[in-house]
Amino acid sequence: MKIAVTSQGDTLESQLDPRFGRAAYIIIVDTQTLEFKALDNSTNKNSFKGAGIQAAAMISDNDAEVLLTGFCGPNAFQTLEAAGVKVANDQTGKIIDVIEKYNQGNIVFADGANKDGHW
Amino acid sequence: MIISIASGKGGTGKTTVSTNLALSIDQEVQLLDCDVEEPNAHLFLNPIIEKNEPVLAPVPQIDLEKCTFCKKCMDICRFGAIAVLKKDVLIFENLCHSCGGCFEICPEDAIIEKARSLGEIEHGKTGDISFIHGRLDIGQVMVPPIIKKVRSYSDPDAVTIIDAPPGTSCPVIAAMSKADFILLVTEPTPFGLHDLKLAVETVKILDIPHGLVINRAGLGNDDVKSYAQKEGIPILMEIPFDKKIAQIYSKGEMIVDRLPEYKKKFHILFEKIRQLVEAKGV
Repeated sequence: MKIAVTSQGDTLESQLDPRFGRAAYIIIVDTQTLEFKALDNSTNKNSFKGAGIQAAAMISDNDAEVLLTGFCGPNAFQTLEAAGVKVANDQTGKIIDVIEKYNQGNIVFADGANKDGHW
Repeated sequence: MIISIASGKGGTGKTTVSTNLALSIDQEVQLLDCDVEEPNAHLFLNPIIEKNEPVLAPVPQIDLEKCTFCKKCMDICRFGAIAVLKKDVLIFENLCHSCGGCFEICPEDAIIEKARSLGEIEHGKTGDISFIHGRLDIGQVMVPPIIKKVRSYSDPDAVTIIDAPPGTSCPVIAAMSKADFILLVTEPTPFGLHDLKLAVETVKILDIPHGLVINRAGLGNDDVKSYAQKEGIPILMEIPFDKKIAQIYSKGEMIVDRLPEYKKKFHILFEKIRQLVEAKGV
């Protein structure tokens, strides 16, 4: 299964980026094989508005079923929910460790945004 | 003639000057309160409101029967208001700026125009003054369309006084552009001067004749005057820092009603503005 993790760098050794919409990279990883690709999120990172919405659409395009991140706002959450992507907020640490935690079943999925929208 | 009353800094006396000036001109006058995020001129002029109308803006609605999920609408949207997913399209109306890009670019004609409310406009009369103001809906952020709508009622045969919002961003530009004169109201404090400089830079870009009213004169220091002199901005009026004026204001009353000598002072202010506008026209 493919999952998405927000990342400060483009490898599995990078640190998780707590921001969702404006994360530096979004890593799409296969939880079984650990094959991954790092999507450059700079367009959304520098976007004027709606970064979370656009990042959510990008995750859906890349067939990820789960998102692991730090903070997720209301618009992004609504988009992810519509795309059928489950969200786990409040994650920290190295990408590889977060994936390991996910594989062990130690992740709680959110039922809403954990951050207010930006104005 | 359109006179836009602006300031940079908030709370310097734009509404005080706008309303008292409106009452001191002996010809047809319109007062347009364009501070639509917090209109307050009505508190002083107490107009009788005769009609109101909504300000609507078009937002997209997707016909999923026709949509092929090509994402062209999502890509053109500078405000990230559209999310095209695999089998659904989400529209975030509050992010939409109604630019119309998505309607134009959709190759399938799958976007329907829907209206959403941004605010409302009220028209009324206070004595002989024709009064119009706009009011932004709570939770909305798109101010310029409301200001433009208020200004669309500007009567070319009347003297139109615009009470502009503070600041120097889009709403202020919407309230100042194409005015014949911009009257900047400031106070002689470091804050007043700081924001006055920003306002002057803005007015220079718009290339509109302008002048200054110093409110609460006597407070602070002379830096505003030195600045005005250096920049060649005429000081057209000074309103002293006077407890009587503060009391009148705090009761929602008009200075020109309670201190009749001010009617003449505001009338002189208007004459000076008129001369500057005519000088520019020559």
